Amino acid sequence: MAGFIIEILQIALVIGLAPIFAGWVKMLKCWSQGRSSPSILQPYRNLLKLFSKDIILAENASWIFRFTPYLVFGTGVLVSAIIPLLSTDLPLALTADVIVLVSLFAIARFFTALAGMDIGTAFGGMGSSREMMIASISEPAMLMAIFTVSLSCGSTSLSRIVEVIYSPASVIKPSLAFAFIAFVLITLAETGRVPVDNPATHLELTMVHEAMILEYSGRHLALIEWAGMMKLFLFISLGVALFAPVGIAVSTNPAGIPLAFVYLSLKLGFSGIVIVLIETGLAKMRLFRLTEFLGAAFLMATLGMLSFFMLE
Amino acid sequence: MNIQTITQINSFLAAFVLLTAFGMLAQKKINSLIHLFTWQGLFLSINTAIVGYVAGRHHLYISSVLTLALKVILLPYILHLLIARLKIRKDVETIVNIPATMLIGIALVIFSYHLTAPVRELSTFITRSTLAIALATVMIGLLMMITRKHAVTQIIGFLAMENGLFFAATSATYGMPLVVELGVALDVLIAAFIFGMFFFQIHTTFDSLDVDQMARLKEES
Repeated sequence: MAGFIIEILQIALVIGLAPIFAGWVKMLKCWSQGRSSPSILQPYRNLLKLFSKDIILAENASWIFRFTPYLVFGTGVLVSAIIPLLSTDLPLALTADVIVLVSLFAIARFFTALAGMDIGTAFGGMGSSREMMIASISEPAMLMAIFTVSLSCGSTSLSRIVEVIYSPASVIKPSLAFAFIAFVLITLAETGRVPVDNPATHLELTMVHEAMILEYSGRHLALIEWAGMMKLFLFISLGVALFAPVGIAVSTNPAGIPLAFVYLSLKLGFSGIVIVLIETGLAKMRLFRLTEFLGAAFLMATLGMLSFFMLE
Repeated sequence: MNIQTITQINSFLAAFVLLTAFGMLAQKKINSLIHLFTWQGLFLSINTAIVGYVAGRHHLYISSVLTLALKVILLPYILHLLIARLKIRKDVETIVNIPATMLIGIALVIFSYHLTAPVRELSTFITRSTLAIALATVMIGLLMMITRKHAVTQIIGFLAMENGLFFAATSATYGMPLVVELGVALDVLIAAFIFGMFFFQIHTTFDSLDVDQMARLKEES
């Protein structure tokens, strides 16, 4: 029973706090560029504004176009139920392992790409094709990185992996270090951060994710943007859970939850700083150089897996 | 330090050596390539010292210092000097298809893992698991020599291969006898000097260090 309460708490946490995290990253980014920043609560205001607006649908929009925002948001909610953010005692984590997690993200991406092409504008199709190009390399790399972690923990269940890594007996292994580097690169690609895609711009020729959702408006757009923030939040917290699970509540003691929350906020805040440092230090890559970037991620993940077999 | 920690540091350093090898395979800028080579030498030198400590072979300290002096300080210095003299510091090499080269590299790692499996079974040294990585480093160095067209990068590939061989000796047999190591170190040093002279020759003759240009060496018919 306690497990389900934690589960609901966690989902509420992700839905509620994802905009704050997005706001935090944006704030840091403004500071790093010497601009004055919008309030950290600005993403909430944006969402509120979008929710109160009317939807404008294209005449030839099919059900896919209308269905996609809800699906994307729904997969975000599902994923937040299986990543151990506060506690490893998650009933749903037993039903869905880390491969399901990757496929949930893949479903969301698939439908977003379809919706991008659904209206038939040039930008949507361009965005979809780019997104799929990135996905075709970043997804195997992500699976490879996750398999590396699973191998050294002996399980694909996220709760189990976190428990094994968190246990005092675990040590820093080269395979995990490689998997971590790969994961950081993939996170940048999957959440559309700077070397791969620029989240802040609607500049036609460089956008990837924005191009696909260009035709959305009103609450559809709000849901998709919210899901995007959740995706960033979830990827960071997945990385935090896998590679730095300090402070997570392992057993079913409710007393550990507030402490776990404090640790999680600290870790997320710090990850935000790291993301902004990466984004400020790098320029956006040319689209056709992305294969090298993502190839490096794949290479790292593969080296992690190889070094698991060779060195451990 | 207990054995477990040392094994761990050892395998981390081995992983770093492999990482730098892959980095060199993908790096286009000659300047950064030399930096990567320096790092590889540094990891190798620390690794040798640690193996020397854990195995109680004190001559490994000497070869560690030798590696440090030669591969971290002297050879990179010579290479930097060379590319500064030849005015190719900013050169960017065109490499065909980095991802494919990387995949071949990964295949080579798997191959050398397979190849060293019998040794790993029989050996009792704590460094036995790094042998596969040492062999992989040798092969990646060779691959680099094959795929690159620039004479300087080919030489760095050669030196990386030598790094791998040295690493293999350390991990398979706790190092070669000191006399042999001294001899090899001297050879590498002399080789670097000779390469330097060759570079000048090639550069003055062809006005480029691209080895493809050497096809022009054919006799007039």
